[in-house]
Amino acid sequence: MMQSFVEQIHAATSERPLRLRGGGGKDFYGNHVNTGHGEILDTREYSGIVAYEPTELVITARCGTPLTEIEAALAGQDQMLAFEPPHFSAAATIGGCVASGLSGPRRAAVGAVRDFVLGVKMLDGAGTSLTFGGQVMKNVAGYDVARLMTGSLGTLGLLLEVSLKVLPLPVAEATLRLEAPQDKALELMNRWAGQPLPVSATCWQDDLLTLRLSGARSAVVAAQQRIGGELVNDANFWRDLREQKSDFFTNDLSHLSHLSLWRLSLPSVAPPLNLPGAQLIEWGGSLRWLRSGADAAGIRTAAAQAGGHATLFRGSAEQKSAAGVFQPLPAALLTLHRKLKQSFDPKGIFNPGRMYREM
Amino acid sequence: MNQQRQHNANRDQDFGDVDRAGVLVALSRILPTAALLSTAEDLKPYECDGLSAYRELPLAVVLPEDEAQVVAVLKACHARGVPVVARGAGTGLSGGALPHKHGVVLSLAKLKKILHLDPVARVAVVQPGVRNLAISEAAAPCGLYYAPDPSSQIACSIGGNIAENSGGVHCLKYGLTVHNVLRVRAVTIEGEVIEFGNHALDAPGLDMLALLIGSEGMLAVVTEVTVKLTPKPLLAQVIMASFDDVEKAGDAVAAIIAAGIIPAGLEMMDKAATAAVEPYVKAGYDLNAEAILLCESDGTPEEVSEEIAAMRSVLEHSGATDIRVSLSEAERLRYWSGRKAAFPAMGRISPDYYCMDGTIPRKRVAEMLKAIAAMEKKYGLRCANVFHAGDGNLHPLILYDANVPDELARTEAFGAEILALSVALGGAITGEHGVGVEKIGAMCVQFDSAALSVFHAIKHSFDAQGLLNPGKAVPTLHRCAEFGRMHVHGGGLKFPELERF
Repeated sequence: MMQSFVEQIHAATSERPLRLRGGGGKDFYGNHVNTGHGEILDTREYSGIVAYEPTELVITARCGTPLTEIEAALAGQDQMLAFEPPHFSAAATIGGCVASGLSGPRRAAVGAVRDFVLGVKMLDGAGTSLTFGGQVMKNVAGYDVARLMTGSLGTLGLLLEVSLKVLPLPVAEATLRLEAPQDKALELMNRWAGQPLPVSATCWQDDLLTLRLSGARSAVVAAQQRIGGELVNDANFWRDLREQKSDFFTNDLSHLSHLSLWRLSLPSVAPPLNLPGAQLIEWGGSLRWLRSGADAAGIRTAAAQAGGHATLFRGSAEQKSAAGVFQPLPAALLTLHRKLKQSFDPKGIFNPGRMYREM
Repeated sequence: MNQQRQHNANRDQDFGDVDRAGVLVALSRILPTAALLSTAEDLKPYECDGLSAYRELPLAVVLPEDEAQVVAVLKACHARGVPVVARGAGTGLSGGALPHKHGVVLSLAKLKKILHLDPVARVAVVQPGVRNLAISEAAAPCGLYYAPDPSSQIACSIGGNIAENSGGVHCLKYGLTVHNVLRVRAVTIEGEVIEFGNHALDAPGLDMLALLIGSEGMLAVVTEVTVKLTPKPLLAQVIMASFDDVEKAGDAVAAIIAAGIIPAGLEMMDKAATAAVEPYVKAGYDLNAEAILLCESDGTPEEVSEEIAAMRSVLEHSGATDIRVSLSEAERLRYWSGRKAAFPAMGRISPDYYCMDGTIPRKRVAEMLKAIAAMEKKYGLRCANVFHAGDGNLHPLILYDANVPDELARTEAFGAEILALSVALGGAITGEHGVGVEKIGAMCVQFDSAALSVFHAIKHSFDAQGLLNPGKAVPTLHRCAEFGRMHVHGGGLKFPELERF
């Protein structure tokens, strides 16, 4: 299987580049690439858990391994991928999970995908097999290429195998809900995060603040008493939020023209945004989803002024190509991106343009 | 002259043609007299870092007071092709801040202001020379602290922590530097100021913040850092458990993890280590034990009592011969004091010691300790072991006397064998101290030439002339060929494809 990847890489050219693809559920994410040309490199045949030792807190799997298979193996040992990755498709793979770098509701509490990546095996633009990092918790030998690959959207190389740190499932969990307008909710979320409370996820929408507590049973009970609010018995709430299947993401708002889904990543203390459209807040105030028809420049300026950045998460092909999916980079940083791209993929065959036009 | 400079994956550059007088004149235009050191007497304190086995006098030491001066110094050195070695507090243990004979040492010691501390956002913006512990002290009134706590935290600087991706005794639960830094502002060798990361939880583009952290001063010079602050746990308690067998202690570590517990700290010391430490700190360690475990729980009082009970039960089932739980903060700190003072304690029982830093999968610890015991006989040297057991990071302390001819050489061979075994057991040559100049040869054991070439390409992307900290962190392929010539692995050479010089 690996040999066929190498052959595809050798055969690819900048005119016929490769589109790296796992389950395909995140095809929507990033700039539109290879319209009408190029070839799909499908990772799904290269599948399987290579090693999983619960007492080492590490799982190693091939890129095409279904995320569901990994999560089931972990659940069997009362462990989890703590960053709670979104699947966006039943066919989601671990390679796509790491390459996209997307994390779910628990991110603000425990860290993102990149915080759990311990090592990768990959193929670079010459089809050379490379290994970085490993299966141990600490490893500072050489530059941290494994983390650089995380969230690189397949622009630097093909992930063959990834090793991830896993964590035990929390002993107890509870979901609470209380009423709070946006400014009050932001204040509460920041205050809780500054205290030793087991808050593992937050979600604000329409003046309702929902939060999840995870940890030792006694800690969850104590926090529940301290925070108040009503107990929510909705087993699917956090999963639906993670998969963007909850009302906020699925409501038909087609009466608004050019409606897009924006992902604004901001300091948690950024005040409420004065932007038209509907908003949902996660990650203790650091992640703000916006369904809006407002123009890209205005949204990007607002995000930058608040100290963050805006991603056109879901939008039309026209809008993506006009505005670009990701916040533009300062010139010096963009130059470094181009140089790194040139080092890893001199022929320019891996997902060209998916992150930025220039790389 | 600088037109000839080109970072090269194959060979180290010479730099012998640096125009010393010209550099000093250029630097004197940038810095006040007191901030430019160039006499042998003034340079002496900078000749080494925490790894004193390696010493070198630089061409000059500069002590800029602000970012503008850092930029000017880097531009001046870049224009003249002069190597630059950034230096924090000089506590590093791998010679990462060892001066370059023809280069300038750029000390960040004067950039030591805490610029901003926001208790609501839980961040602190600090200059690179700020001491690690000073951040936690400043945040303490707000009930917050900076989680990574390397043993040198009283002295080491945050800039140096970035360079090394420093850890500490609590990183299994709270992470390394890379997990606790949100943003780094840094200057490239060309004098360009770039911000990596931001005050949000992610930044657009490639994760270059992760690339910079742990890059050992090879890519850019840090001038400002935003760290994440963590709420101080309401309570912490530590269990001290004795074992009559190191293998049982190792199995107990795995059993704790298997029980779904992530302790705030999980440390192991062997008999040689406790014997060395106890007379020095009187921590109350069980000197009859072959190994002791320190196992910490932190959080709310409810959480801690639940977790301590669970850990205690696991340790009892794992065959602990004695279990003591700290009942006061003073007692907890006393149990830890021996672990934290392990390195200086070695200085009392031996003229010199050499600290290793390999990591291995937790389950291989007993195997490693047995192999080290055999190596003690082979090399005729003693070794005490302290171990971040929770994350597989072993610190064997090899005791030697530099005044005895041949002891340092035997010590280095002993150390190299431990690192080679770490890699063979599925681990790494360094968990938190960095490669520096010390483990440059061992890098050839952990990485093949293809991976090393990628590291060099990354270096070239940031520093095409190869001026930042040359000769450190990533060996040239020529150096590995030389290393391979000296160390034949399993009957074959490590890089058979390379030309031998």
